[in-house]
Amino acid sequence: MAVLELTNISKHFGAIQAVNDVSLSIEPGQVVGLMGDNGAGKSTLVKMIAGNFRPSHGTMHMDGKELILHKPADARQHGIEIVHQDLALCNNLTAAANVYLGRELRRGVGPFRILDYATMYRRAGQLFAELKSETRPRDLVKQMSGGQRQAVAIARTMLSQAKIVLMDEPTAAISVRQVAEVLNLIRHLRDQGISVVLISHRMPDVFTVADRVIVMRRGRKVADKTIASSSPEEVTGLITGAIEQV
Amino acid sequence: MALTIDQPIEHKQQSLPARLFASQTFWVVIAVILACLFLSFATDAFATSKNLYNITRNITFVAIIALGMTFVIITGGIDLSVGSVLCLSSMILAVTMHAGYSIEVGILASIATALAIGAFNGILIAYLGFPPFVVTLGMLSIARSLAMVASNNTVVFQFGPDHAKLLALGGGAWVFGIANPVLYMILLALITGFVLRWTKFGRHIFAIGGNEHAATLTGVPVRQIKVAVYMISALSAGIAGIIQTGWLGAVTTNLGTGMELQVIAATVIGGANLAGGVGTAFGAIVGAALIEVIRNSLGLLGINAFWQGVFIGGAILLAVLFDRIRNFRRSD
Repeated sequence: MAVLELTNISKHFGAIQAVNDVSLSIEPGQVVGLMGDNGAGKSTLVKMIAGNFRPSHGTMHMDGKELILHKPADARQHGIEIVHQDLALCNNLTAAANVYLGRELRRGVGPFRILDYATMYRRAGQLFAELKSETRPRDLVKQMSGGQRQAVAIARTMLSQAKIVLMDEPTAAISVRQVAEVLNLIRHLRDQGISVVLISHRMPDVFTVADRVIVMRRGRKVADKTIASSSPEEVTGLITGAIEQV
Repeated sequence: MALTIDQPIEHKQQSLPARLFASQTFWVVIAVILACLFLSFATDAFATSKNLYNITRNITFVAIIALGMTFVIITGGIDLSVGSVLCLSSMILAVTMHAGYSIEVGILASIATALAIGAFNGILIAYLGFPPFVVTLGMLSIARSLAMVASNNTVVFQFGPDHAKLLALGGGAWVFGIANPVLYMILLALITGFVLRWTKFGRHIFAIGGNEHAATLTGVPVRQIKVAVYMISALSAGIAGIIQTGWLGAVTTNLGTGMELQVIAATVIGGANLAGGVGTAFGAIVGAALIEVIRNSLGLLGINAFWQGVFIGGAILLAVLFDRIRNFRRSD
C-alpha cells in the first residue's frame, strides 16, 4: 500500500494555478525525484504535503486514511519530516542541540525538569552512526562541513518515526565530495524503510539515487516513471517542454 | 562498534584550558584580578573593607540589569529602556509607600509596572515586527516621563509606615557583612545561569539568537519567548530599582539616566555578542565588575574623573577586539 497518495490535488492563488490536478503515490522505502523548472509547482506541491498550504482541490491519504494538515506540526505528527533548503540549523549550537531543537529531552519531576544532555548526546551520536556520518554530537554546527550539516538536518528527521522525508534541494550548495555524502545519507534513510522525496535540479543526483522520477511543468505532472525506463535527456526534454508528455 | 560510537560522543571540542583561553569572559576575569592586585599595592585605600564593600555594592545595580539584558542580547535584541524602567519602578514603589501602603504592596506595584512595560515592548517587537532598538528607545522616553508624572517631578524620600524596612532591604548587610544588594545579585546570577544552561527556555533563547528562522521552522515558540525575554529584562530593571531605592533612601526622576549604556557595556565586555546567540550570566557580572573597578581605580589613583568615559569606552573596544582576533585566527 502506498504510504502517501495524492488524488487530483490542485492549488491556486487567486487566478494563478500553481498546481493543477496532480495525482501521485509514494511507496514505502522509495526514493522519488521531483523535478521541474522554477515555477513548475514542485515547491507548492511539497508545501501542501508539509502542511504549509492547504490544497484548493483534491485529497491526500496516508496509509489509506485521509490526511488533513492545518499546520506544519500536523505533518510532523503524521511522520512527514522536511529537510529545508537552508537546513534550518543554528550555528551557535552543538550538533545534538540542533537535532533536538524544538523537541528537547528533559528529565526530572513535574515542573522541575532540566535538559537531559547525556541522553541527547548519546541518541544524536547513535543517529549519526546509523547515517555512517562522522559528525560528532558535541561539535558546534558553525565548524562543520556542508555534508556534516546535512547529516545533522537529516538526523533530525529520524528522531520520530518518520515515514516520509521531503528534501528540498539538498545538494544545491555543497561541494562534489559532499554531494556523494548526502546521496549516501539518502540511501541510509531508504534502507530503513523511509520514503524520500528529493526535490532537485541536479539530474545526476536524481539518476544516481532515485527509484522513480516525477517531472512537473506549469503545475501539471508530465511524467512519472521508473529511473530505469527514463533517461536524463528525456527528463530534460520534459522539464523544458521539448517533450510534451509521456 | 561500541567503541566507534562512544568515541565521537565523548569527544569534546577542546580541552578545558584551551576553552578557557578562547573565552572572552576568562580574559576579563584576569583583567579584573590584575587591576585589583595592582590597586592593592599602588594605593592604600583600595584593599580596605569599606572600599571593597562599596565596590561590590556598586557593581550590583548594573550587574542585576545586565543579567536581564543578557537574555535579550542572546536573542539578538536590545533593550534601551532599562534605565528609565528602573526609574519608573523606583518611583512607583516610592509613591505607593509614601501614600501609606505597606512595602509588600509597593514592591508588588513596582514589579507589576516593570512586567507590564516589558510585555508592551515584547509584544510590539515579537508580534508587530517593530525593531527592538526603536521600541525600547521609545520606551526609554515614555517610562521616564511616566516617572515624572507619577511623582510630579519631586524627590520622594519618605516611604510611609514601612520606611525602615525598605532601607534595611536595600542598605543592610544581613549575612557576614556582605551588602544585601550583593546577595540579591548572586542569587539572581545563579538563577540566570541555571535557566540559560539547563532549561528548554534557555536553549530556545540561544536558538533564536543563532537562527530565528530555523527556530520558527523547528517549532520553537519564538514570539512568546521574545515577549518573555523583554519582560525578564524589564523585571531585572524593576528589581534593581527597588534595591537601589532602599539603598539610596530617596528617589529622583533622573535615577538611572544613561544606565542602559553601562548595562549594555557590561554585557558586551562580559562576552555577549550583540548579533545574538552568545552570552552568559557570569560574563554579565564580570563585565559589570570590570567597569566598576575601572571607575573606582581612577578615583583612587587621583586621575581626573573626566577621563572615566575614555577608559570604560576603551575597555568595551578592547573586549570586542579580542573577540575579533580570535575569530580571525579561527577562520584561517
